[in-house]
Amino acid sequence: MAFFLEVLIGGLMAGVMYSLVALGFVLIFKASGVFNFAQGAMVLFAGLFFVGFTELGVPMWLALLLTVGVMVLLAGVIERLVLRHLVNQEGIILFMATIGVSFFLDGFGQLIWGSNVRQLDIGIPTDPIFLMDGEILIQSFDLWAALVAGTLLAALVVFQKTRTGRALRAVADDHQAAQSVGIPLNVIWIIVWAIAGLVALVAGVMWGSKLGVQPAIVSLALKALPVLILGGFTSIPGAILGGLIIGAGEKLAEVYIGPLFGGGIENWFAYVLALGFLLIRPQGLFGEKLIERV
Amino acid sequence: MLYRESGQYKTTYGADQAIFTIPQDRVFFALLMLVAFVGIPLVATNYVYTALLIPFLCLSLAALGLNILTGYCGQLSLGTGAFMGVGAVAAWNLATRVPDLNLVVIFILAGLVTAAVGMFFGLPSLRIKGFYLAVATLAAQFFLPWLFVKWGWLTNHAASGVITVPPLTLLGWSIDTPMEKYLFALGVVAILALGAKNMIRSNPGRQWMAIRDMDIAAEIIGIRPVVAKLTAFAVSSFYIGVAGALYLFVYLGSAEPDGFGINLSFQALFMIIIGGLGSILGSFLGAFFILLLPIFLTRVPPMLGFDLSTALVSHLEFMVFGALIVFFLIVEPHGLARLWQITKEKLRVWPFPY
Repeated sequence: MAFFLEVLIGGLMAGVMYSLVALGFVLIFKASGVFNFAQGAMVLFAGLFFVGFTELGVPMWLALLLTVGVMVLLAGVIERLVLRHLVNQEGIILFMATIGVSFFLDGFGQLIWGSNVRQLDIGIPTDPIFLMDGEILIQSFDLWAALVAGTLLAALVVFQKTRTGRALRAVADDHQAAQSVGIPLNVIWIIVWAIAGLVALVAGVMWGSKLGVQPAIVSLALKALPVLILGGFTSIPGAILGGLIIGAGEKLAEVYIGPLFGGGIENWFAYVLALGFLLIRPQGLFGEKLIERV
Repeated sequence: MLYRESGQYKTTYGADQAIFTIPQDRVFFALLMLVAFVGIPLVATNYVYTALLIPFLCLSLAALGLNILTGYCGQLSLGTGAFMGVGAVAAWNLATRVPDLNLVVIFILAGLVTAAVGMFFGLPSLRIKGFYLAVATLAAQFFLPWLFVKWGWLTNHAASGVITVPPLTLLGWSIDTPMEKYLFALGVVAILALGAKNMIRSNPGRQWMAIRDMDIAAEIIGIRPVVAKLTAFAVSSFYIGVAGALYLFVYLGSAEPDGFGINLSFQALFMIIIGGLGSILGSFLGAFFILLLPIFLTRVPPMLGFDLSTALVSHLEFMVFGALIVFFLIVEPHGLARLWQITKEKLRVWPFPY
């Protein structure tokens, strides 16, 4: 039982990390209908800049501030150079464009900062914590990650209530209607991408201090896709809950079912889980029900 | 002036339904085939065959398969790499386990196996669409390579996990030099491309396109989405499977089965975007472009006197790749095939602007 709980908690904590990436996807998809494949690359990009700045001897808070600046700038550039020219294109074209952006960021970040694994230590304690008379072991880092994710979520929820947040939701609801009541679409898109950039920064710092900042983060971020499917593309709580389910599910599966197949099922279990789920509920856990008309 | 339809009357339905309705196109295509089958073998070196032409043929066949699914039927797929792997592994197993099986039969059976697997992974498309489906096909992309590694029987329990292709013979013709391999691949690709072209022009292709354009409307006018979508998955996977088998047999020679990864899927996707979604010609143009780009990027800077490190080149390659894709999508979302079409339209009225 204790072992089960330990695996479960470990999985949930890993799930929090997936959720962090998935959050960025959801924000952009909600506000602009763009399926942002570049979110994973943005996580690496932000992580690389942050760790790069700190290695140059910049104090941590300044590095954070500078990276925030970089991500906001990036949002502006993406809007100006990519999205603005692709207004009114089909979803698939926009999706492909973000794949292009993803490749570009991947190459650009590594061009500047190199592709070695960089250790990132932001002072989060990594001591193990023992619960239930030492039967369950939890990394205190994971607890911190959960705390950070929780804070981020709370901040996003509060943000939704602000004036800008309301404008974002209006744009998400209906581009044309939002524009006709005087909400500037271009500005909103920059804001959304900037926020997604900030979420990517948080995810990049957390992933980075757990695994080191390395190019493999991009492919790890692909795990956020089944999370999205499970939670629904348009739901922020869905992204969190989906992440938790996927994280816990794949760890439990790896431990309890994995040995039957010779292990290593962690790589695909999340996708199959999401796939099975889709067959029952095509719009995801919290997704909006799709109503189609001819 | 040279290229125009006016004055070319058709008096039979047959003439009207031909693939190339005007003689200029027929002559052009005949010349192209002549160059491909006769001209290139006369001049090409082994390097050109192995580094350029053979991978080009294999990958353009894969792109063609993906284009049938994504470009014509509108079902976004990120599982191309895995399906190529299925074709390759199936063909390898047939070639090593069944003695004296005709090479053509091997390829057809490998394609059929892949078609079955593709149909299975296409089942979710009946319930879900768009990006949800793309993620669903990722399940295939991660699951299948894992299966190749874990299920030892598939690789005949090779200790290193590497499968090596036996010598190829077709009806007594032993295919071992690069030129022969090229000709064999060219033959396979030419036949399958012709098949695809005809399928697109006839009933199945039109059903796929109707589903792509609006599935509900298509259903209402009497197209069965189940049949249309699953045939698209089956045909597309058949092509991709044969492409995978070719890729292993003719190009790689030996491979690790988990090498058929997600990068290959993305590569195929880029090929059809840059080449043109919903265009047979586009699959070839896109494959050519995507294959040439890295070669170009690694060769040109040294020629211009820049000495770049390999790491730098590989990062630059990523950047240029990404930037080009965005650029293409902005300038011409319909790809290189559309540019070709525009050229033809310009030629029609040349030398006048309109």
